[in-house]
Amino acid sequence: MTERSEPARRPTALCRDCLVLFDGKPADGRCPHCQSPRVVGHPELASLSVAHLDCDAFYASVEKRDRPELADRPVIVGGGRRGVVAACCYVARIYGVRSAMPMFKALERCPDATVIKPDMARYRVEGHRIREMMEASTPLVEPISIDEAFLDLSGTEALHQGPPARTLAALVRRIEREVGVTASIGLSYNKFLAKIASELDKPRGFAVVGEAEALDFLSEQPVGAISGVGDRLQTALSRDGITLIRHLRRYEETELMARYGAMGRRLYAFAWGRDPRPVAPNEPAKSISGETTFDDDVDDPAELLRRLWPQCERVARRLKAADLAGQSVTLKLKTRDFKIITRAHKLSDPTNMADRLYRTAEPMLRRACDGRKFRLIGIGAGDLTAGVFADPPDLLDPDRGRRKQVESAIDAVRQRLGDHAITKGRGFKPGR
Amino acid sequence: MKLTIERAALLKSLGHVQSVVERRNTIPILSNVLIEAGSGAAKLTATDMDLTIVEEVGCQVAEAGATTAPAHTLYDIVRKLPDGAQVELDVQGDQGQMRLKSGRSTFQLATLPKEDFPATQANDLPQAFSLQGKELRELIDRTRFAISTEETRYYLNGIYVHATSGEADSDGGTKHLRGVATDGHRLARFEMPLPDGADGMPGVIVPRKTVNELRKLIDETDGGIEIALSETKVRFTFDSTVLTSKLIDGTFPDYERVIPSGNDKMMEVDRKAFASAVDRVSTISTEKSRAVKLSLADNTLTLSATSPENGSATEELEISYQGENIEIGFNSRYLLDIAERLSGDGAQFSLSDSASPTIVQDAGDTSALYVLMPMRV
Repeated sequence: MTERSEPARRPTALCRDCLVLFDGKPADGRCPHCQSPRVVGHPELASLSVAHLDCDAFYASVEKRDRPELADRPVIVGGGRRGVVAACCYVARIYGVRSAMPMFKALERCPDATVIKPDMARYRVEGHRIREMMEASTPLVEPISIDEAFLDLSGTEALHQGPPARTLAALVRRIEREVGVTASIGLSYNKFLAKIASELDKPRGFAVVGEAEALDFLSEQPVGAISGVGDRLQTALSRDGITLIRHLRRYEETELMARYGAMGRRLYAFAWGRDPRPVAPNEPAKSISGETTFDDDVDDPAELLRRLWPQCERVARRLKAADLAGQSVTLKLKTRDFKIITRAHKLSDPTNMADRLYRTAEPMLRRACDGRKFRLIGIGAGDLTAGVFADPPDLLDPDRGRRKQVESAIDAVRQRLGDHAITKGRGFKPGR
Repeated sequence: MKLTIERAALLKSLGHVQSVVERRNTIPILSNVLIEAGSGAAKLTATDMDLTIVEEVGCQVAEAGATTAPAHTLYDIVRKLPDGAQVELDVQGDQGQMRLKSGRSTFQLATLPKEDFPATQANDLPQAFSLQGKELRELIDRTRFAISTEETRYYLNGIYVHATSGEADSDGGTKHLRGVATDGHRLARFEMPLPDGADGMPGVIVPRKTVNELRKLIDETDGGIEIALSETKVRFTFDSTVLTSKLIDGTFPDYERVIPSGNDKMMEVDRKAFASAVDRVSTISTEKSRAVKLSLADNTLTLSATSPENGSATEELEISYQGENIEIGFNSRYLLDIAERLSGDGAQFSLSDSASPTIVQDAGDTSALYVLMPMRV
C-alpha cells in the first residue's frame, strides 16, 4: 500500500467505502480515489484502538432485510398486545418512536407502523455471525448484547496491514455486505469514550474521539451519556447541580465517592476522560437465567408453574451447553405494577437439570402467590461451578440418577429432531 | 399488672424466649412475648406458631395481670441495663402501653392485648419418657449436622426420633431410642438404650429450629428432661422451661435401606490424626468441590487433593488395612464433620467400592453410625 511507504507520516483520513487511507481530509470531503463522501478524518485516526460497535436498530434491520417491501416503511419490533418496543427502525424514529417505549404509546405516535413480533432465535443467529466477524478482527471482543460489543484492536496493525480504524471500517462493510444490516462505530482510547462516540454519528456512523480533544468533548456532554448513569442517578446528580460532565470536575474523587459511592469513583475518572477497564472478552457468566413476560397478568399458581417450566428447560439447556451447574436458584416475578420480587434458594449441591430447578422453584413460587397478579416470571441459576459437580448421586434419591438419564435422553432427541420433538408432561400443550 | 424483677433473671429468661421469635413477622402479635404475672412468679411465653416456649421466672408481683410486649425490643433494653439493676414492669388500664422502669431509665412500650396471643394447646401427649440432659445433648450433637436444609425435602429438615423394635438391632434384642438425620450426602444415626415409657412411641421428625433452640436451652441442664409426645407434637419440660413444638408432618425415608450391609473392606485410623490430615490436605481442594481422595493400600492411607488453581497435596497415614487397594473421594467438609462427631480414639471405615456409600463408626462402639456418599475425584 502506498500509504505505508511513508512511515514518517501517519494517515489521518479514511474512506469507509474503498478503505483507502490518506493524509488530511480533502476540501470537498470526498475520497480522492472513489469519490465517496463517506470519509472519516481525525488527527489521531491511526493511533486509536478501542472501539464500540453497535448495530443500528438491529431487530428492525434484520426484519427489513428479510422483507424488502418494508424498506421505507416504519417498522417496530415489539411484544404482542402490550409490552414495549424492542427495536424501531429509523423511519419510525422520525415519528418519535423510541425503543423501550410502551407499545401503545409508540402506536399513538406512529399508527402506520408495521409491528413485528420479535423472533429472538433469528436475531441470535445473525448476532452470532456478526460476533464471529468481530472475533476475526481481534481476539479482544467483549460482547455487551447480541448486537453490540467493545473491541480492542491494539497490536493488530501488522496482522491486518493497517491501523484499527481501517480494520473497523472493513468489519462494518463486511457486516453490511454479508449480514445485510448496518452498524455504527465509536473509536477512542477507552471503553467509556468509545461507547459515547458510537452514538454520535448513528446510523451507519463512524465517530472518533481522540485523546487531545477528550476533555473538551466531554465538557458539554450530559451526565446521562455516561453508561451506568440511569434516571435515578441522573436525578440525584442534577439535584446537586451536575447536569453536564464538566460539572463533575468541580469535585475531588473522595467527594464524589462520599456522595455517590463506588459509582462516584467511576464518575470522577470518566469526567477526566479516564476509564481503566480493559476490554475483557468472555467474562465468565455469574448466573444464567431465563424469563418470560405474559400477554395477560397471571395469578394462578398452577398457570405460573406451567409458564415456569419452559424457562427451567431453557436455563438447564444453557447450563449444559456451557458445561456449568448452579448451586443457587432464584425465582423472579414481576407484579402488574412492575415491582420485582425475587426468591432464592441455595441447594446442597449444584444442578443443571431443568427438573431440579423446577422442583426448587415450585415451593418458592407457591409461597409468593398471594393473590397478586404477575406479568413476568423467570428463573436463574447462580453460584456457578463446573458441570462435573452437577447433581451428584444421593443416598435417598436413587431416582435422581434415573431422572438425570431421562433428561439427557430428552436433550439428545431434541438435538437431533428439534425442541418440539419430545416434551415432558408438564410442558405439554395440546395441539402444538 | 405490676411486678419487680432482678435484671439478671429477666435477661436470662428473655434471652431464652426471644430466640424463638422470628426477626421478621407478618403477624404483629408473634413479635411479642406474653407476660403473665401470678403469685411470686412471671410466666413468659413466645411462639412462632410452630414452636412455643414458656419460661417461669421468680419476681415480686405487686399486681397480678398479663400483657404482651415486643420481645426483641424488651430483650435489648434489659440487656443494656446495668448489672444488678431492678426492673419494674407496669401496665395500668388498657392504654396499650407498658412502662419499664429501672433506676433512672423509663421506657414506654407498645403492647397488644393478651387475648390476641395465640394459645397453643398440647394437652393430649400420650407418650412420655425422660432423658438425662447429657443423653439428649449427645443425641443432638451426634446427628444434627446432617440435617438437610433443602426445603423441597421438608421431611429431612429435622432429626427423626424413634424406638426400634429390638429384632434387627446389632446387639440382639435390646430396644433402642434412635435419632437419625440425613441430607442425602451423609446420614447420621445415634442410638441409646430405650428409656422407660418410650416403647411403642411413634417415629417423629423434630424440626431443625426446635432442635437448635432445645440444644441451647439444655446446654447446662444436669437433671432430667421430661419428653411427652404425640404424632403431631412434642413437649420438653426441664428446669423452669417448657418447650412445645409441632413435628414435621411427613414420612422420614426408610433410612435402613441406605445403610449398606455388605461393605467388607475395613479400615481403622487414628481419629484425630485423620481429621488433622484431612484438614491440611483440603486446603488445596477447590472451594466448590472440597474433594479429598483416599487411597488405601496395605496399612497405608494416602490422602490427596488437587486443584487446577492451587496445586496439589498429599499426606500419608498409618492405618490398619489389609484389603485390596482402593481409591475413593469424599467431600472433606463431610469427613471432618463426622470425625468431629465421633468420640473414641479410632475411627473405623467400612468400604465397598469407590462409587458406593461408606460407613464410619467409632472403633469398638456402635452407638453412632455415619454413612457417607463418595464423590467423583
